[in-house]
Formats: sequence, structure tokens, C-alpha cells
Amino acid sequence: MLLECMMNGHAILYTGVTLAFWSTILIVGICYTIFDLGFRFDVAWFLTETSPFMWASLGIGLAISLSVVGAAWGIYITGSSIIGGGVKAPRIKTKNLVSIIFCEAVAIYGIIMAIVISNMAESFKGNTPETIGARNYQAGYSMFGAGLTVGFSNLFCGICVGIVGSGAALADAQNASLFVKILIVEIFGSAIGLFGVIVAILQTSKVKMGD
Amino acid sequence: KEEGKITLTFNVDHGYLEGLVRGMKAGILTSTDYHNLAQCDTLEDMKLHLQSTDYGKLLSSSEEDLTVSLVDSKLRANLVTEFSCLRSNALPPLSTFLDYITYSYMIDNVVMLITGALKQRDVAELLPRCHPLGAFDQMAAVGIARTPTELYSAILVDTPLAPFFQDAVSESNLDEMEAEILRNKLYKAYIESFHSFCKNIGGVTADIMCPVLEFEADRRTFIITVNSFGTELSGADKSALYPSCGKLYPEGLRLLAKAEDHEQVKAVANCYPEYKLIFDDPEPGADFKTLEDRFFEQEVKLNMLAFLQQFHFGVFYSYVKLKEQESRNIVWIAECVTQRQKSKIHNYIPIFPGTH
Repeated sequence: MLLECMMNGHAILYTGVTLAFWSTILIVGICYTIFDLGFRFDVAWFLTETSPFMWASLGIGLAISLSVVGAAWGIYITGSSIIGGGVKAPRIKTKNLVSIIFCEAVAIYGIIMAIVISNMAESFKGNTPETIGARNYQAGYSMFGAGLTVGFSNLFCGICVGIVGSGAALADAQNASLFVKILIVEIFGSAIGLFGVIVAILQTSKVKMGD
Repeated sequence: KEEGKITLTFNVDHGYLEGLVRGMKAGILTSTDYHNLAQCDTLEDMKLHLQSTDYGKLLSSSEEDLTVSLVDSKLRANLVTEFSCLRSNALPPLSTFLDYITYSYMIDNVVMLITGALKQRDVAELLPRCHPLGAFDQMAAVGIARTPTELYSAILVDTPLAPFFQDAVSESNLDEMEAEILRNKLYKAYIESFHSFCKNIGGVTADIMCPVLEFEADRRTFIITVNSFGTELSGADKSALYPSCGKLYPEGLRLLAKAEDHEQVKAVANCYPEYKLIFDDPEPGADFKTLEDRFFEQEVKLNMLAFLQQFHFGVFYSYVKLKEQESRNIVWIAECVTQRQKSKIHNYIPIFPGTH
């Protein structure tokens, strides 16, 4: 009753779900410990039994999808501000497309990295941990890591450029001399996406899948 | 964390409207425009100067004689058009926020219709004088009610003002005094509701709107206190009218309920730094400003702050209030021009003084 007094429906739902989740984990963990079944929680078995192709594909998927999410987020944030500001100050329309281009660049990084990573996936003949070999495992994990790197850095880069671009559009509508100054901030924001691409290239430079 | 989430998702629903309202804000008259308007000798000159501003052909398109009241009504119609454009495109929770802005005009309309009916004025004569932003269905029927309870149960229960009638329902007959008390009670409920709504939205909206609304509440408190000197309104009655969402709550309200003259009110105001400035005696040589003018000045100052941050609803409220202040300024200048009293023409309140 006290809980109901404090929160509304959404909050009760979220607290309930979180509580259920963590208590399940806790109870399952305690049961495994008590019944001496801890050996079933085997990380090494998981890592060696999953195919390196799963990790590679996950990496490729994350690279392109997270980059696209970042680019889309940035574009809609900037785009709606440009449309709104452009009603009363139509001159800002063309210049502020530069912000949209910076956001789009983030998606292009993602797709380039996805293509580069997917070209490294080759078939191999082993099917047990010994016959697959360490090099193939390393290839799988590297591709997953590279995909994660480029995906998340592009996600946050896109959001950053989007929010700054929105501010640039609205400031430009008020005072035309502000646009170039804010563009410099956007360029710095855009650079962080590039960092992600560089690190991802370095991660996958030693990858060699196959026999 | 809440603020971060709002920043990231604000533009989905409200980005276009924020851009639009900021564009409209850019059209607010600058000090150069006011300077030009003050130099005019007739209303025709003012009309010419206003054509070069964002108002454009607003005043030129009518065939009626150019009077100050026509200027006032045209400016008001312009603001209503802009507001309707915003409101019709708004999604929740912005739509609820914009509705809250209109409720204060609704309260004023209701009280005006009641007092008009008491003076035996015709409804058809009163309706055009209502503020268009506060229009609601059954407005014409408001004059029939004899007591606040009747007003509520017969007419206002279906309007958005219904939730504000909690404390205002009473059986006493509606006369001038009762109408004023009804206005203040409705306004108290309204502003407390608006304040908690903004607080629930949280983030930057709460940071910008809550001080503005607290100031509004305290301003009402001071005005009620000052206007009640000499009437038979007791301390307890006054306390029932004071909004509790301001900075004066609870100590200041208690002291003000007991205040009997202007000096005591000033003593209470001296405890709060913002209000001390308003009630202070002006420096020698400076223009005398009425209390109302000083409150308007402070309101403009608080509303200008809304435009310094992005991704919040405060810009919409501030735009409406600043546009209203601009209308008051233009009407003041027009009055000075038509009455040829140029000495006080610079007593308007400048908005965004730094821009050009």
C-alpha cells in the first residue's frame, strides 16, 4: 500500500520487473552454490563451443546497426530544429544541411566498417576447439570487438553532432554570424566517430580466418 | 538522468514547434524599433513603422479608423493566431502545457462575464471583450449563475476549469466582492496545479518554469494584500486566497495575512532579496515606477531566461508573456502619442535589451 501511494503505474511496473529479474538471478545463483552445481556455470565451455562466426556476425551487425541508430538520432534532432527555425528564417535551410551531412557521415563509417569486417570472414574446416585453432577464435573475437567499437562510438558521435547541430540551426536563425563558430564544435564532435573507425581498423588488421 | 532522456527525445515531438517559437521570438521588437515608435507623432506613423517589423501588414489591412483600442485588439488577435498555430500542432505533454497557459485567461473571462451580468450588461456586448485565448463552450451562459456552486454544477463542470473549483464552491451570492474572491480562489488552484505539473515534467522545464510560477504566485499574494487594505477581508479570508507554491510560503504568507498597511508589507518583502528590490524606494533622480510596473519588469527578466536553454517547454510560456508585454508597450506608446504626452513615453519595459 505504501508503494502504491508513492508511485504511479509505470514506476510500479519497472520496479516489479527489475525486482523479479534480480531475485531470479540471486535465487538461481544461491541454488547452484548450495547444491554444488557451480561447475555448470562454465565460461570456457561457452567461449569454445560457440562458433567464431557467431561473434563475427554479431560484430558486423552491431557495426552497421548502431551506426545507423546514431546517424538517425542525430538527423532527426537536427532536422526538426532546422524545419522549425526555417519557417521564420528561411536563409538557414541550405547552410544547415552541413550538420545533416556530418550525421550521415557517421552512418557511412558504419557501413564501411561492416563491409571491411565481413570481407574477413572465411570458412574453416574444424569443428572441435582443438581443430578450430586459436587463430580462428581470435579472428571471431576481434571482429566482434571491432564491430562493438565502431558501433558505439558512432552511436554517441551521431547523437552529439545531432544535438550540437540543432543548437547551431536555432542560433543561426537568430544571428547568422554564430553558425560558423558552432560548426567548429560540430567538427570536434564528428572526429570522435573517426576515432572509433581507426581503432576498429587496428583491431581487425591481424585477423586471418581459415585453415 | 531524467534530464538526459528529455534532451535526447525532446525533438521527436516538439522540435519543430520549438524552432518555430524561437523564430517568432526573433520578431519581438528591439530597442531600435521602440525608439522609432516613440518618435512618431501619429498612429499612422506608428503603423508605418510597424510594417517594417514582424507585424507587417497587420494594421494596414483594416478599413476602420485607427484607434488605440483597434491597435490593441489587432495585436491580441495576432498573438492568438500564433498561439493557435502552436497549439494545433502540439503533442502531449506540450499540448497540456499550452492548455494550462490558456486557463488563466479563462478564469479572467469567467469573472468578467459574471461582473458584466451583475451590471445588467448584455451578453452579446460582453463576449467580444473576452480574451480569445480563454474561450470555451458555454461561455455565454456564465452570466446566468447566481452562486459559485450553481456556476460550477451548471456550466463549468464540463470545462477545463472544473478541477480548480475544489475550494471555490460556496453558497454565497455572486456580487462584486464574491466575484473577486472567486477569481482569486480559482487562480490559486490553477497556479498550484500548473506548478506541480511543471515540477512533474522535471528537467530544464521545471528549472525555468517553477521560478516564473513562484514569482507569479507571490506577485498575486502581494497584490491581494495591498488591494485588501480598507476592505472587510479578514486575515483568514486572505490566507485562503494566497497561492502556496511561491517563495513566500509558509512564513511570508502568514505575516502578510496579518499585515495592515504598506509598511508591514514592505517589511515582509525585505526578508526576500528579489522582492526587497521591488518594494524598495527608488534612487533619487530615477523615474518613479508603480508597483505594477516593477512586477512587470521582474516578470520580463525571469521570462527572458527561458530562451537561454534548449529542449524545454518554458520558451512557449515565456513567448506568450513577452508578446503580451510587447502589446502593453506598444499600446502605452500609442496612448502617449495620441494624447501628445511624450514625457512618459519611455516608460515601456524593454524586452531583450541587448539585441539589435
